Amino acid sequence: MEKHRIVVVGGGPAGMAAAVAAYDMGVRDVVILDREEAPGGILRQCIHNGFGLHKLGEELTGPEYAAVYEKMVRERNIPILTQSTVLQITPEKEVTVTSPKGLVKYQADAVILAMGCRERSRGALNISGTRPAGIYSAGTAQKLMNCDGYLVGKRAVILGSGDIGLIMARRMTLQGAKVEAVCELLPYSGGLIRNIVQCLEDYSIPLYLSTTVTEIHGKERLEGVTVSQVDENRKPIPGTERYISCDTLLLSCGLIPENELTRSAGIEMDRITGGPVVDQNRQTNTEGIFACGNVLQVHDLVDYVSDEAEIAGQAAARYVMNSCTAEASLNVMPGSGIRYTVPQRIEKNGEDVAVYFRVKNPVGKVRFRALSGDVELSTATRLRAAPGEMEKLILKGEKLQNATDDIVLLAEEL
Amino acid sequence: MEKYLTCIVCPRGCMISVKGEKEDLSVSGFACARGKEYAISECTHPCRTITAVVRIQNREDTMLSIKSAAPVPKEDIFRWMEKVQSCVWNAPVQMGEVLISDLFGSAVVATKTVV
Repeated sequence: MEKHRIVVVGGGPAGMAAAVAAYDMGVRDVVILDREEAPGGILRQCIHNGFGLHKLGEELTGPEYAAVYEKMVRERNIPILTQSTVLQITPEKEVTVTSPKGLVKYQADAVILAMGCRERSRGALNISGTRPAGIYSAGTAQKLMNCDGYLVGKRAVILGSGDIGLIMARRMTLQGAKVEAVCELLPYSGGLIRNIVQCLEDYSIPLYLSTTVTEIHGKERLEGVTVSQVDENRKPIPGTERYISCDTLLLSCGLIPENELTRSAGIEMDRITGGPVVDQNRQTNTEGIFACGNVLQVHDLVDYVSDEAEIAGQAAARYVMNSCTAEASLNVMPGSGIRYTVPQRIEKNGEDVAVYFRVKNPVGKVRFRALSGDVELSTATRLRAAPGEMEKLILKGEKLQNATDDIVLLAEEL
Repeated sequence: MEKYLTCIVCPRGCMISVKGEKEDLSVSGFACARGKEYAISECTHPCRTITAVVRIQNREDTMLSIKSAAPVPKEDIFRWMEKVQSCVWNAPVQMGEVLISDLFGSAVVATKTVV
């Protein structure tokens, strides 16, 4: 069996940044595995701009952002094995792969999970009606348009106002299609405000909040959809049905971290994030297996994916070089107003820890607090916060050192 | 008259307030210089960076992604799209290569390498 110090599963932005970070800490034997034909992950189909403002200080398109990291990987001669699909990872860090070489097994000292996420499908949404052609997840339509050059339809309705749906509304409009409406089940959009402005308002595309698709019409090809308003429990309100004629329905209804490998390795999962439970090093409860990027939690910005991947890469390098020290651990738990936190556990080692989290609902002026028993470890105030925008609090090492109770994060509206 | 804009320069999405008329604008609520610049441009001459994909004549299996190197006037966006798609492109193309030096005031640049 081939042996490697660190095996990285996934060659998207997370996998590449983690591999580079591990290499730069002094681990020379790092391998990246990716199931696609080329590295870059989902960025390859994200031809729009807006990537890298935080991390690289310039505004790049998806392929350009991926190229920056691919160059760093190539400069370090870190091998990227493409068309290599990981089938299994064991807690002993044996990685089984199908590749052009056949079935191969690698024994790793550490594994970094960077498999990304996938889209919620029509089946998972339970929309009733026929099963005609013309219904795509927004990301599938994006791949067909941007990588393969097909316009997926001429009159579209988009369900879900997540960023991919918004980006696709603009993309289809620019390419000559008519986007009739974007419908959002929730009373607010989950996308970035800048995307509402530059993708919908710029092209006068209506956004209907608290609205969902309740029926699909058409036999061979989609002919139209029925949309209905929903009440505060997200149930359709009878009598509000409206028919919209269209030949295409794009679904942008949430992303799900792709964790089949993680689960089958027996790693503890977080029910809310859909990713593994990790400590501040992004180490899972299986020693030597780390996770970063959208497989851990769905991010809004690739810049934050790269940051998180660097943390995981450096920690994996320290782990294989045997310099991890931890004295005791504390759980981090979401309290009132908070949906989840990453990490979910902190190993006390005297260093500062950044805790990332999302609020449950959009709020105005709000104070975030991290409490350990009665002791306030950190606090911050924001003028507004929304579930679509990740927040962070820094917990100081010296304060953590004295903390004994588990940590609870709170959002207090002001 | 006062109006509010959501800044689209970065994901922070500042709410910027703009008062006054074209020549004499007073702007507040931005967190950086680029936000101020955006608000003024949005009230005088709104522009957007455009991205698209185009066919490559001598490559059947791949598309070339492109962008405007700088924002283009909003009213020219559809004509920009029409123009880039009516041109004939051939590989090889390098990422960053200038494909058209001036289209509605900005260069058209490849954002992908096709060998």
